[in-house]
Amino acid sequence: MSQHGATELEHQEHHVVGPKVYLAVFFALMICTGLTTWVAFIDLGVLNPVIALAIACFKACLVVLFFMHIHYSSKLLKLTVASGLFIFLVLVTMTLSDYISRAWGLW
Amino acid sequence: MSSTNTIVQLPDQSTAQLPRKHYLNQEHTLKSWLLTGDHKRIAMLYLFSITFFFFIGGAFASLIRLQLLTPGSDLLAPDTYNKVFSMHGIVMIFLFLVPSVPATLGNFLIPIMIGAKDLAFPKINLLSWYLFIAGGLFILAAMILGGVDTGWTFTTPLSTHYLNTHVVTAALGIFIAGFASILTGLNFIVTIHRMRAPGMTWFRLPLFVWGHYAASILMVLGTPVLAITLVLVALERTIGIGVFDPTKGGDPLLFQHLFWFYSHPAVYIMILPGMAVISEVISTFSRKRVFGYTAVAFSSVAIAIFGFFVWAHHMFIMGISNYSALVFSLLTMLVAVPSAIKIFNWAATLYKGSITFETPMLYAFGFLGLFTIGGLTGVFLGSMGMDVHLTETYFIVAHFHFVMVGGMLMAYLAGLHFWWPKMTGRMYPESISKLAAVVTFIGFIFTFFPQFVLGYLGMPRRYASYPPEFQVLNVLSTAGASILAVGYLLPMLYMPWSLKYGKIAGNNPWQATGLEWQITSPPLTENFVETPIVDHEAYDYEWLANQTEHEVKTVG
Repeated sequence: MSQHGATELEHQEHHVVGPKVYLAVFFALMICTGLTTWVAFIDLGVLNPVIALAIACFKACLVVLFFMHIHYSSKLLKLTVASGLFIFLVLVTMTLSDYISRAWGLW
Repeated sequence: MSSTNTIVQLPDQSTAQLPRKHYLNQEHTLKSWLLTGDHKRIAMLYLFSITFFFFIGGAFASLIRLQLLTPGSDLLAPDTYNKVFSMHGIVMIFLFLVPSVPATLGNFLIPIMIGAKDLAFPKINLLSWYLFIAGGLFILAAMILGGVDTGWTFTTPLSTHYLNTHVVTAALGIFIAGFASILTGLNFIVTIHRMRAPGMTWFRLPLFVWGHYAASILMVLGTPVLAITLVLVALERTIGIGVFDPTKGGDPLLFQHLFWFYSHPAVYIMILPGMAVISEVISTFSRKRVFGYTAVAFSSVAIAIFGFFVWAHHMFIMGISNYSALVFSLLTMLVAVPSAIKIFNWAATLYKGSITFETPMLYAFGFLGLFTIGGLTGVFLGSMGMDVHLTETYFIVAHFHFVMVGGMLMAYLAGLHFWWPKMTGRMYPESISKLAAVVTFIGFIFTFFPQFVLGYLGMPRRYASYPPEFQVLNVLSTAGASILAVGYLLPMLYMPWSLKYGKIAGNNPWQATGLEWQITSPPLTENFVETPIVDHEAYDYEWLANQTEHEVKTVG
């Protein structure tokens, strides 16, 4: 089993991503940066941070998937990245559980 | 399994001899140590470093206890006392407890236990030691330049607005040392996933490896949160960005959330490797497979996962939402379940075992009792109503010292004695080390048990003086601390002594089953002459008894 795992890993290490993909991702990131700047000048009320964060998350996904090769990686590595995201979500949601309900008063 | 097989005589040590070549004498130059990629040598580097920091932290502890001998601030000025307890906490937690078992015993043993020649990334392993030393130097620098007095918790806005001590230097030190921890965890995870010997399936792994795997997950996922939080503290102090300071538009509770999101799992980073040691020791000295192996293995992972859902129990009195506090209080109770699974399974392992009382086992018994008391008082603190009364008192100080010192440090010493013959090739002196184990236990009880009472009576922590009616219990605690100090100094004397004068241990002095006991003591640089093929379960004493030639012949 471990033998199989080793060859699988070796295979992934040699996965070659062409310059086209990198350039496409790079331009997508640049466009998103421009988009963020453009949106910053429009007042959308409560949506201001939401839009900015949504674009930032999309960019982060591009970086993780293509520049960090997770798109081409084994399920184990995908799971590893997912576990980091999961823990981050735990941090955010459980912290928000305090902020959202703080004004509710006593139970 | 026939009962005669389970009672194994210790081998005759008079015929044992040291191998001619091993990892310690492979090369002798200083460079060969400082640039080594050998996990065993890096473990030894860590061992020396954390022992050094333990004694610095211990010196601060002595100052604290001496100060509290009398009700007034007779020895130290109150602000000096603040620095002393802060530095005690910072050094002990970040420079001793977090790396103690994983970076020394874990580094040394995990590759051998799974049948590998080294960790997956030897150079990253060495880098982690250098980062640890760099972090340690920053913390020492903060200490020498005048100290830091925030408490080890860096509470904001105290740390970012009000204090004029070396907060940034200390925080930077912790930031750097944190990366050492992340790299160790990463190395362990990759090694355990990818480098197991043929036949070493997940459920044949020793529980030592499972415990370290769970702790590694916490190191990798938790430590970055601490790192970024300390960066924010440093930025708020230096360039005044408002994240935690209300006068700048920040929220102090946000700091508490972020800090405890790491620092609660951090206590599991500290205790899980300790529990991992205890599984090995208890199995070996009761000559039985650990009862409920799978449950103990998964309980480590469960502790690691649940550990991320309970942090706000450190914040019940800080003004967080009552509803949120209720949820966190309930979730906190969940952690008791896997911890109890471990304790009950160890107790069941002892049942009808052929128990012997060598030094590691004495320390392990100390762990069982003290950790259980520490864990159960954690239930008091996890219940919201009790917490309001007990938190920020000496009750909480006693609670975490029972878990961290009574639990973790006992486990560390158990492990150090247990694997000392493997690491050095020589036995420690048995009778004096038994004495040390007993002295440590007695000293510990006298030091920290009175603190439960003090806390319950309302003595707050982190004050240089206290009302005179608390003096008797404080004197008892300080007296106990001096006994405890003797308990810790004894191994410092006889362990180095044993390096030259100790009896030669032989390959398997405990007749234990792990792969590490089937190779030479001290091991070769490559650990194994040929990759072992594992065809038996962990803790299979029948397999061991049937081995006619289970000790690998001395090579070279």
